[in-house]
Amino acid sequence: MAESMKLDIITAERTVFSALIELVLAPGIEGELGILPHHAGLMTILQPGELMIRKDGTETFFAIAGGFMEVLNNKVTILADAAENSEEINEERAALAMEKAQALVASRDSDVDLEKALQQIRRAQARLDVARKRRIRNRR
Amino acid sequence: MVSVRQLRRRIRSVENTSKVTNAMQLIAASKMRKAQVAALAGRDYAVKIQEVMADLEAQPRDSDQSHPLLERREVSKIEILHLTPDRGLCGGLHGNLNRSVGQFIVQSRPTSVSVIVAGRKGRDFMVRTGQDVKALFTGIDDQPTMADVLPMSNILLNDFVEGNVDEVYIAFPRFVSTVVQEPVIMRLLPVDPAELPTASKVGYIYEPDAREVLNSLLPRFVEMEVYHAFLELVASEHSARMVAMRNATDAAKDLIDDLTLAMNKVRQESITGELLDMIGGTLALEG
Repeated sequence: MAESMKLDIITAERTVFSALIELVLAPGIEGELGILPHHAGLMTILQPGELMIRKDGTETFFAIAGGFMEVLNNKVTILADAAENSEEINEERAALAMEKAQALVASRDSDVDLEKALQQIRRAQARLDVARKRRIRNRR
Repeated sequence: MVSVRQLRRRIRSVENTSKVTNAMQLIAASKMRKAQVAALAGRDYAVKIQEVMADLEAQPRDSDQSHPLLERREVSKIEILHLTPDRGLCGGLHGNLNRSVGQFIVQSRPTSVSVIVAGRKGRDFMVRTGQDVKALFTGIDDQPTMADVLPMSNILLNDFVEGNVDEVYIAFPRFVSTVVQEPVIMRLLPVDPAELPTASKVGYIYEPDAREVLNSLLPRFVEMEVYHAFLELVASEHSARMVAMRNATDAAKDLIDDLTLAMNKVRQESITGELLDMIGGTLALEG
């Protein structure tokens, strides 16, 4: 078996993923980051985007909405603001959420929590991107 | 002697009380389930971010990787965020919380302790015992949001960064099970370093750089810990209230049984007495 490392993807709501994996590709703040087993200690900010992991040779994709990644002792810990497996994403719902959030921001209503709405947009964008990529991959 | 009518009135009053406690038990039970799920689901994140912080603290740092939130100073003033429920009727929960924080304050002497209180039950205690209450938050509902807790974590962060306090603690009831809630006093800042093998103490690569990572990670850590402590508080509060109200309902049932027995006895005695009078009367007439 190929060398592996422990990966935990955790959000404030739940543990999204926890298993031994061979590779993780994360959307680092300065660009895509590939982490292989026995990587040096690392601490980075993640931006909203697509996260890919390879486990037993198969690749799985997640949409994450920003967060932090720690790499230490052959263990990767991702503290995400939100994370979803690409299979769980409902593209229509994500698009709808996006529209709603954009409408909220556009309304400029003083009751609207702008920070929250912007966060929703970023989240929806990441979900949409991952869902579209999945569609393209499936077509190939 | 107590009359039958008096006893009947008492039984009715206890019955009414038990109806109230029973309703409160049902309400607490339904809120409890939601709150327990939220607290347990959030625990992973709270524990992990603490581990990440401990790992980070254990790493050697260059001077350019320092951060005001990682500073260690001689401790002359500490601050504690004391989380308590707003409402009572939840058994010994707030009593235990207040006692443990009170003990903590006494044990910390001569270091002065300032308190930030959330919840009326904690406020009453702190005011009564004359503590230095810096800020007070009440009226936070059953599903706390980040927006509810940010003002609290901001006070903690500011006071620590500005050097007003040298250590920051948080006190809350950890939800262990429906019947057990354990008061916890945890140090948030400065962070305790993890015990790592020397091989992994080689220093982190920071991306984009140490300052930026620490600037966003450290406040986030404090915010998430406070938020999660709140979830634990809500879960504990509803669990404690559910159990307390169930006990009250059970006790009311026992009391009703006792009173009913007493009432029947009194009634029987009075009937017996009347019968004896009547028999006595008839015998006297016949004789």
